[in-house]
Amino acid sequence: MSDTTELPVLDVEAWTCPLPVRDRPRVVMGHGGGGVLSAELVQQIFAPAFGGEVLAQMGDAAVLSLGGARLAFSTDSYVVRPLFFPGGSIGDLAVNGTVNDLAMSGARAAYLSCGFILEEGVELDVVTRVSKALGAAARTAGVEVATGDTKVVEAGHGDGIFINTAGIGIVPAGVDLRPQRVVPGDVVIVSGAIGVHGVAIMSVREGLEFGVEIKSDCAALGGLVDTMLAVTPDLHVLRDPTRGGLAASLNEIAAASGTGVVVRERDIPVPPAVANACAILGLDPMYIANEGKLVAFVPRAHADAVLEAMRAHPLGADSVIIGEAVEEHPGMVVARTGLGGTRVVDLPIGEQLPRIC
Amino acid sequence: MKYIDEFQDPELARRLLDDIHATVTRPWALMEVCGGQTHSIIRHGLDQLLPEQVELIHGPGCPVCVTPLEVIDKALEIASRPGVIFCSFGDMLRVPGTGRDLFQVRGEGGDVRVVYSPLDALLIAQRNPDREVVFFGIGFETTAPPNAMTVHQARRLGIGNFSMLVSHVRVPPAIEAIMSSPSCRVQGFLAAGHVCSVMGVEEYPELAERFRVPIVVTGFEPLDILEGVRRAVRQLERGEHTVDNAYARAVRPEGNPAARAMLEDVFEVTDRAWRGIGVIPDSGWRLSPKYRDHDAEHRFAVDGIRTAEPAECRSGEVLQGLLKPHECEAFGTLCTPRTPLGATMVSSEGACAAYYLYRRLDLPATTTVREASPVV
Repeated sequence: MSDTTELPVLDVEAWTCPLPVRDRPRVVMGHGGGGVLSAELVQQIFAPAFGGEVLAQMGDAAVLSLGGARLAFSTDSYVVRPLFFPGGSIGDLAVNGTVNDLAMSGARAAYLSCGFILEEGVELDVVTRVSKALGAAARTAGVEVATGDTKVVEAGHGDGIFINTAGIGIVPAGVDLRPQRVVPGDVVIVSGAIGVHGVAIMSVREGLEFGVEIKSDCAALGGLVDTMLAVTPDLHVLRDPTRGGLAASLNEIAAASGTGVVVRERDIPVPPAVANACAILGLDPMYIANEGKLVAFVPRAHADAVLEAMRAHPLGADSVIIGEAVEEHPGMVVARTGLGGTRVVDLPIGEQLPRIC
Repeated sequence: MKYIDEFQDPELARRLLDDIHATVTRPWALMEVCGGQTHSIIRHGLDQLLPEQVELIHGPGCPVCVTPLEVIDKALEIASRPGVIFCSFGDMLRVPGTGRDLFQVRGEGGDVRVVYSPLDALLIAQRNPDREVVFFGIGFETTAPPNAMTVHQARRLGIGNFSMLVSHVRVPPAIEAIMSSPSCRVQGFLAAGHVCSVMGVEEYPELAERFRVPIVVTGFEPLDILEGVRRAVRQLERGEHTVDNAYARAVRPEGNPAARAMLEDVFEVTDRAWRGIGVIPDSGWRLSPKYRDHDAEHRFAVDGIRTAEPAECRSGEVLQGLLKPHECEAFGTLCTPRTPLGATMVSSEGACAAYYLYRRLDLPATTTVREASPVV
């Protein structure tokens, strides 16, 4: 232990800090994380380059009029590693992800395109298994793969298999799901436990053992959405909280609607295995990806009936009200903690990073 | 989770808070040393539930925040070299060095990998004998033992392509430096429970006596922190200043002898620069000469790095408890987690980031634990 006489006199005025990395010249992984960096990429590069009124909707799917019909149109690319994980595979994701993006606009997916980018050297048996999984998922979701494409890249230039799917479906009359429709008083419902898919992927990707096997919740939500719309077509907005998790979806809705959102942390369903994995890694379940869940903003008058209908559906059995839209703190999501305090739930920046200690 | 859920119980929290409210008669300033405790306090809104007279000052105990810029720059330099696999815990990737971070090095083609244990990095070295594998060994007494064990294993197994960039720091000299500062307002400490689980508590009685401050060894769950506050406040109200272990389920007075022996073998005490505080004598560890072959600084000769830092950031004052994050002019405007001016805004355990993420909304503070209003 040092003698006090040896200690430096702390000169805080002289202390400085590093310049931040403000402008990145290259893409980093965080640009694909579904958070602030992803949004900036779209807003600063893609949207100005593409233009177009439909693109400006910035929903999970674009809703457009064509030949007298209102179509929902969406595309998504799948780059998951490993290709097979507890509860599913990249084939399941490639169908369910796009089907769910369409479902969030109220549309039942009708047709999918499917583009495979295969890496030189990948075993055909793996391609077969992924294809069979994709086909089975499409049949389960009631959607037909109508067109496709295949490319092969040199070994080392891919990750085995990349898949892109695009889908179209018809939006029923009277259905208008947009965050701009959210008003203070709307009730926030989540269709079940959060964080399951992300933790399932982490457990196999990083070789982490959490004591119990966690299976992905990967599922097609078209049927659940149909059930909800049968109660009332007047749902305000639905979101499929994938990358960035529940926190990202709630923030997108708060920002686009100009309302505040309050959630009660204790009511958010987090399975023990997910909570434990997050506690070990220093992650927040609200930022973990889901693949078979939706979050809904429902007019208060219909909330109980919609919740009851959701609970009667196999994919919504654990649905629960977690909060509401409010007039206060517009554009901001606030959680009431289990002990009675409050905290802001922000949009993630890039990827969540495991903490040192 | 066993030993977690029980320590988040609202009813027990209410009782502890009631006791604290009943005990406090005047203002007290406590410092929680560890960034993990800061994170827990803000995340659970504990500071809103305590009496106004109890001020929690956030200490310098975030390993990411206090790692010197020069060391970050050395990491960036090493990670950029061809043939190197640079392994790190996740939250170091976002800390800016001079003009860039490890994410950017990865984007430029550097092989930077997030690992969950230093032993994972050793495994990577075994599997890639033709590559140089470097692990970024930073942190307090908590992360030092596994890092020491890893270097020990590398030497024992003769894994010559493994080295570690070490910038470890020790808590007690930092407490001493903070308490010796003329501007110090801290009247009691919540010591970091996990540090004490390794090192024990024998270094603290002398500090408690010399500076006449209670030091309460405290855990990380909400009830742990409230119990630490309760015991510290009780001592202050009584005019006492002893070392009290409020984390007995994890901390033995002697700590973990096996871990301490490993530290003794692999590291040697050195002066260490703390970001925001300056050089504190004897406050760090570096690899001892016996393990020089596994010292990345020696192996990669990364001397003479020129660092450059701006002057807007006041996280030095934040780290010493002289300034609350939101009292900084740059907070939330010039300085956000997206565009951090300093490491306290980069690390999720940094006080500034915790405030930005969880406390930008100044809802009226509640003074008793209560159920959230039901949706009607």
